[in-house]
Amino acid sequence: MTNSIEEIEHTEMILAIGTNTTENHPVIGAKVKRAVRQRGAKLLVIDPREIALTKYADLWLRQKPGTDVAVLNGLMNVIIAEKLYAADYVKDRTEGFEALKKVVENYTPTYVEGITGIPADDLKKAARLYAGAGRASILYAMGLTQHITGTDNVKSVANLAMLCGNIGIEGGGVNPLRGQNNVQGACDMGGLPVSLPAYQPVANDEARGRFEKAWGVTLPPRPGLTVVEIMNAAHKGDVRGLYIMGENPMLSDPDLAHVEAALKHLDFLVVQDIFLNETAQLADVVLPSAAFAEKDGTFTNTERRVQRIRKAVSPPGQARTDWEIIAGIASRMGYPMSYRDAEEIMAEIARVTPSYAGITYERIEREGLQWPCPTLDHPGTRFLHKEKFSRGLGLFHAIEYIPPAELPDREYPLILSTGRVLYHYHTGTMTRLAEGPSERCPESLIEIHPEDARAYGIADGQKVRVASRRGQVEAKAQVTEKSPAGTIFMNFHFREVAVNLLTNAALDPIGKIPEYKVCAVKVEAA
Amino acid sequence: MSSVPLNIDGRDLIGKPGQTILEVARENGIFIPTLCHYTGTTNVGACRVCVVEVENARSLVASCCMPISPGMVVRTDTPKVRASQRMIVELLWSSGDHNCLTCEQNGACELQDLVYWLKIDHPRFAIQPPGHPVETTNTMIQRDLNKCVLCGRCIRACNEIQVNEVLDFSMRGSHAKVGPAFDADYIDSECVFCGECVNVCPTGAITFKQARFSGRPWDMKKVRTTCAYCGVGCQIELNVHDGRVIKVTGNREFGQPNQGSLCVKGRFGMDFIHHPSRLTVPLIRKKKGGELTEATWDEALDLIAKKFKALKKQHGPDSIAGLCSARCTNEENYLFQKFMRAVVGTNSVDHCARL
Repeated sequence: MTNSIEEIEHTEMILAIGTNTTENHPVIGAKVKRAVRQRGAKLLVIDPREIALTKYADLWLRQKPGTDVAVLNGLMNVIIAEKLYAADYVKDRTEGFEALKKVVENYTPTYVEGITGIPADDLKKAARLYAGAGRASILYAMGLTQHITGTDNVKSVANLAMLCGNIGIEGGGVNPLRGQNNVQGACDMGGLPVSLPAYQPVANDEARGRFEKAWGVTLPPRPGLTVVEIMNAAHKGDVRGLYIMGENPMLSDPDLAHVEAALKHLDFLVVQDIFLNETAQLADVVLPSAAFAEKDGTFTNTERRVQRIRKAVSPPGQARTDWEIIAGIASRMGYPMSYRDAEEIMAEIARVTPSYAGITYERIEREGLQWPCPTLDHPGTRFLHKEKFSRGLGLFHAIEYIPPAELPDREYPLILSTGRVLYHYHTGTMTRLAEGPSERCPESLIEIHPEDARAYGIADGQKVRVASRRGQVEAKAQVTEKSPAGTIFMNFHFREVAVNLLTNAALDPIGKIPEYKVCAVKVEAA
Repeated sequence: MSSVPLNIDGRDLIGKPGQTILEVARENGIFIPTLCHYTGTTNVGACRVCVVEVENARSLVASCCMPISPGMVVRTDTPKVRASQRMIVELLWSSGDHNCLTCEQNGACELQDLVYWLKIDHPRFAIQPPGHPVETTNTMIQRDLNKCVLCGRCIRACNEIQVNEVLDFSMRGSHAKVGPAFDADYIDSECVFCGECVNVCPTGAITFKQARFSGRPWDMKKVRTTCAYCGVGCQIELNVHDGRVIKVTGNREFGQPNQGSLCVKGRFGMDFIHHPSRLTVPLIRKKKGGELTEATWDEALDLIAKKFKALKKQHGPDSIAGLCSARCTNEENYLFQKFMRAVVGTNSVDHCARL
């Protein structure tokens, strides 16, 4: 997030696009609802599904899945045409406006209605609503990013925010709500094939040089492979050994049949986890690790706040913390790693990670600090790009709409969108063991619109088979108007209804994110 | 006017316009008991436990609702105030089933504290509980409305803090009760089991069902940590007893990002910690297609080091890849990528950030 969670409650306008906030980030969802109910904030929801927030919204735009760039260009078209944009801000703090203007000129409300299905008048109202606010915060999540145009979508919301002067101010911003407790931290720490800690590019000699000095080794300059590319390389035999810590690609990755074949093709697979999950069952070595309640360390939340976790109970049996295991393997491979505790590792992180340089366990004992926090006396950063953007001037990207990779056709006439439900989490390894959440949500249901249900002769609660070009699954239908006609929605929490057998591994060319929100399927009574 | 002079219990104090008597008293370390009051939600003046005497006022006033005014003279500790508070508390006591022997909140009950503070031996009225059936139809939250004092905190927590808009009062007079629409049980309502109502309940009326008989409030060691589910990073308290996590509570004193609020996953999704299916020993598959069998840590780690070294030597460092984890700590992710880059010698390290 460019801004802080706290600010959501005190802004004038919230635009929620591609985030089912009350189910996936419920505590932020409550803040949005409080802002609307108690502080008079305006709420604009842009989502194909009738999520709970639509009940609180001043206006809800229901676009066809995968048409976000067209919607956002349409909003900007109206804002520019009606001169509602922040002209001074655009002049002083940004560049590339003319190119943007030229592209969005074509996205008239009528043209956009043709692509997205959003009535032209609603689009105009939405544009005026967003541009009319003094301070507006954009919230988004995987509904925006899990498309082959995920990067384009994000650039487009950034365009919209800059156009109205909403970046670099309190209560504004472009705010991705991260889905996992420490996905922010894993990225910050260099858990990416292209970057070292603090996003220092591996391909940059100077950055790499600093780490070579700090770690006392020569480092490879060539960027590595992403998750999906690793699976492809394993399939081809280019990757032969894989070390997986706390991940379950056998449920989370797209096109699972392909993933399984790839993992089985490996010479050597190591899985380090708290459970013998679907991936661990294929491993050559399985290492038992400690859960979050059994160790010390830090997580970095979606607003860049580095917060402590603390050991409350002992790990079961011989399970060890992940860092102890990694250090054990490294030392056996001739690179001694010896740390007294997690705090000592954080001290090393602070030395090599400029944005974490001012963070110590002592400082975050009572309250977490938000990076960038470059020095020991720095208070942390509530919102980014104040006064000037990290790169200097904010750059508009002129972006054209591109349709999703796989659209419905005669054989596969429906769109499948996937996501989470309130009561479960990701691949379900944790929540499905929880008595309460499982009582509330005991099985995977396929959300299908009454019109589609009628067309395919499916009754509420009836078992149905959903098939795509890649596979098929069976589950009960939930006939509901929550998803629009022509689109079904499924979650990915249940191994017995592994929806990623169906999904398309088409990737965004830059973000390499798979298109989980749109693929073509057919449905029939099972 | 930016300051309001007033006098409480003989002390000359300065308050801010719009503040209540209770707020000024608390700011200045003057204790006024409360039950229905919950900071950050509407002041409703429902319980009348916070009454004080205000000079020239016709009757006792509820300090939680009464705004201060210049020159106001307030007494919090007169016999009249105490008599009124005793009457209220005795009525609450006698109209419920406040059996501390088996109550989960024994030792952490605000009604119990009030009875003790007011030095009440026994209520002067006959104890007549309303006889509501205890709600045991879900595994997360148990409701015993016989212990409810109708303070309405759960209602305000549900409507004003979480804005789930599920709870409200129903019925009237001595039949009044709190709950979801149509007197439904939680499990049959729109309740999303955030547990905020449990956190704010001053008595044992709403409690964590799984935690029942698993440890007294004073047995619990509360460990502050960060929730392991989504990216909000809620600050939570793991309540630990006998080496086990018994329940999860929120704490508003921890401040941002969640100000004590949690969701169903953070609150009730922690069974996995002590689940019997947890991995407890390293496992090795001795030959392809064979079974995973138990091994020692030395065997497992030696094997991994040997295999990775061999692959690196035979096929180059890029023949090995690693997936770190959005679920693990910063320290662990840092070390993992350092291992892949500095020890294995590849940049093929990624995680499920995109999934």
